[in-house]
Amino acid sequence: MSVLRFEDVTYRYPHASVPALRDVSVDVAAGEFVVAAGLSASGKSTFLRAACGLVPHFHGGEFGGRVVTGGLDTREHGPAALSAVAGTLFQDPETQVVLSSVRAELALPLENRGHGAAAVARGVEETALALGIGELLDRQTHELSGGELQRVALGAALAGRPRLVLLDEPTSQLDPVAGDELVWLLRRLNEEWGTTIVLVEHRLERCLAAADRVLVFEAGELACDAPPRGFLEWAAERAPALATPGARLFARAGLRPPPSGVKEARATLRAHGLLGEEDGLATWPVGDSPRGALAASARVAGADPAGVARALRVAPQVGTQGGRVVGVDPAGVAGDAGAAPAGRGPARDPAPPRSERHWLRRRPAGPPPALAFRGVWHERAGGRAVLRGVDLALAPGERVALMGRNGAGKSTLLRHANGLMAPTRGRVETAGRVALLLQNPNDYFLADRVGEEVGAAALERAGLTALAGRHPRDLSGGERQRLALAIVCDGATPPAALCLDEPTRGMDRAAKGDLAADLRLAAAAGSAVLVATHDPEFAALTADRVVLLADGRPIADGPVAELLSGGWYFSTETARIVDGALLPEDGADLLRARMTVVLRP
Amino acid sequence: MQYVRRASPLHAARAPVAAGYAAALVTAVLAFENPIALAALAFAIVGAATFAGAGRILLRAALFGVPFALLIALVNPLVADQGLTVLARLGEVGPLGNVDVTLEGLTFGAILGLRALLIVLASSALLTATVDSDELLRGFRRISVRSALTAALAVRLVPVLGRDARRLADARRCRPDASARPGPAERLQIVRAVATGALDRALDVAATLEVRGYATPVPSRAPRSRVGRLRAPWSRHDLAFAASAVGLVLLAAGARLLGVARFEAYPRTVVAAGPAEWLLAVAIVLVALLPFADRRGVAR
Repeated sequence: MSVLRFEDVTYRYPHASVPALRDVSVDVAAGEFVVAAGLSASGKSTFLRAACGLVPHFHGGEFGGRVVTGGLDTREHGPAALSAVAGTLFQDPETQVVLSSVRAELALPLENRGHGAAAVARGVEETALALGIGELLDRQTHELSGGELQRVALGAALAGRPRLVLLDEPTSQLDPVAGDELVWLLRRLNEEWGTTIVLVEHRLERCLAAADRVLVFEAGELACDAPPRGFLEWAAERAPALATPGARLFARAGLRPPPSGVKEARATLRAHGLLGEEDGLATWPVGDSPRGALAASARVAGADPAGVARALRVAPQVGTQGGRVVGVDPAGVAGDAGAAPAGRGPARDPAPPRSERHWLRRRPAGPPPALAFRGVWHERAGGRAVLRGVDLALAPGERVALMGRNGAGKSTLLRHANGLMAPTRGRVETAGRVALLLQNPNDYFLADRVGEEVGAAALERAGLTALAGRHPRDLSGGERQRLALAIVCDGATPPAALCLDEPTRGMDRAAKGDLAADLRLAAAAGSAVLVATHDPEFAALTADRVVLLADGRPIADGPVAELLSGGWYFSTETARIVDGALLPEDGADLLRARMTVVLRP
Repeated sequence: MQYVRRASPLHAARAPVAAGYAAALVTAVLAFENPIALAALAFAIVGAATFAGAGRILLRAALFGVPFALLIALVNPLVADQGLTVLARLGEVGPLGNVDVTLEGLTFGAILGLRALLIVLASSALLTATVDSDELLRGFRRISVRSALTAALAVRLVPVLGRDARRLADARRCRPDASARPGPAERLQIVRAVATGALDRALDVAATLEVRGYATPVPSRAPRSRVGRLRAPWSRHDLAFAASAVGLVLLAAGARLLGVARFEAYPRTVVAAGPAEWLLAVAIVLVALLPFADRRGVAR
């Protein structure tokens, strides 16, 4: 039975020169989990807005064809009527929560439909139970984190128990943990209650394993409608930018079929004898990856691939005691190395020798750092410490990714770098100006034209000269980010350090690649780059060093190859498939080398 | 700048009453031009915010309100041409024509600026910090669900825009040519950007409301739970602040009828400053702040 049907739908926004949707025909059956993919401005969000009736009732424009949602024709029924059969969730949790308390927020859609008090109360309780947000019911919405807000917004969308849920990049503003939790929640809704899910998402690796079907939009047209594996095969030929890292890894290594997730990829590799039993297992998320380090050093040394493969196969699973792990225990509790609080937690490895602690302070003398934090503390008025004695130095031209869970202190640390915040103890040293790009590029736009925001030279460097007459808010996500970057970097000389806070939120893979290239250029020009990110793929692409922050202090600091392999969250998909590589290109080299070993025993 | 439940008599009053109290202060500000009465109202607003534990929020609102007030105070002498005491002759100034800066124009500009500032403080800071918009919605939805929701959203938009403004100010400080503290022109630029962003935000919120069924036809009879709060007996704080609000409006209306607190800006500034005006000022402060004296039933 069809829950959502598009029949030859063509739609053009008011004042737009080209249609956002062209001749789209889709039939979504009840209980399906459908993922809609495509590059920015490909029409996938418009598809969703047509499904929930906002197109054309809210946006206006020219509409042709027919959309039937939950049995209701959207030409005859507006978004309010359709909300009874389809719950909708958009990107930004801030604008989707309209009332002050969580309970009122969940009750609003039910009250709007005229349900009685008992039905409203029951609906709120059931929704809270289903989504595991019971403890949030009496909280104020402004106190919630982004992940919590998004779950509350999802709860409001589900409060009327709709048969269909439409979601437009709901994880784009969330950290990986909250994003994964949301996708798992959708999977549960789909599997346990049979709710039909239509999810628009950029990070396909996150949701492909749960999907029954993938729709790909290109310039408003439906370019592909296939199961995940069929989509990945299509993407490998037609749209490599949409392929997941796992699929690109397989394509480059010449392996088939493309995997829809880590589990499938590892099973295929294991079947081909390309994955040792111990490969990638039982390694701690941080700094405990001798294979990664080995592979990286072998690559640097120019060793032959077969030799690397042999070395990897015989590498013993021993933990790296020294290196750059600064006091982390298996539970992830931060602290000075070896300084275990009495009577707490399991017995841990002996502390590293004193000579290996605080290695940052005793680095060999070289050029002065471009940016250095010296024992930086930041305590809030209530006494809570957000930063706890951070020691960190960046050399000119160095590219460092700052990672850690939400609330670890990443944004606060960046704000100290350029003086937006002052340390309560310690000091920040810089070799010159520090440019800081905050999370939302829109916050930098004060003028009506792109050309008025920065000088012509900076605009040209950013490749935006052709867009000088446009309004900054009319640019695409990637262009906005480039303009904001040009604004903070504008000046006679490049900044000594360039800091970026979560710059890839909501970006497609192509835009992320462009940004990574821009950052490498900035580093090549001598600026130290410090980027706070939740995106391991972007960190691997951009940085040569990773600092992991927890509870306001760095708990691990090391080469990217070492820190982003062998983990669950702070690890790329490639590293989770094949230990010793971070990006599909490196992984494919490694797999080809292993294939050589397998073929020549 | 957002509603946080605090231990104060104003927070203990029901939301429609607290909103009415803030509205009465705004009404009084609009009713008077006399500087003595306005000074009394300024004292009352600052005192109310302080006693309600919202002093810090008021200060933050003032940071954005003061540039507005200054702008009004500076523009008025340039556009007003009725004053007699000429302080400076600027000659032909573009589209403004022949401009004479007069003492009367300056004085009335200051009065208008002060009134704008007080309205910003009472309507944004006091209202936002002390009125639970959800409760306001529940209280008024019996009369008109749609209007109540619109009003509640408007109240909610204030803290959201406040956060936007802080983010924009931080982003401005990240520009290479930015000064540590923004001047009036830069603040105006930020306010303009916030206003532009507010339209985008309003569109997003409106789309969200649509898909939450906001435009669904309302059933003719409201469910009982919607009116439950209105039927609850009035507390002493409800009564005190309601009486204070009525008192403030009556004082303003009475003063206008009796010609107390007279102020004439042009052609020469005339400020009534007799005993009646001072009595009125004391009455305004007392009527506005007396409800805070009763802290019985307020958790400490």
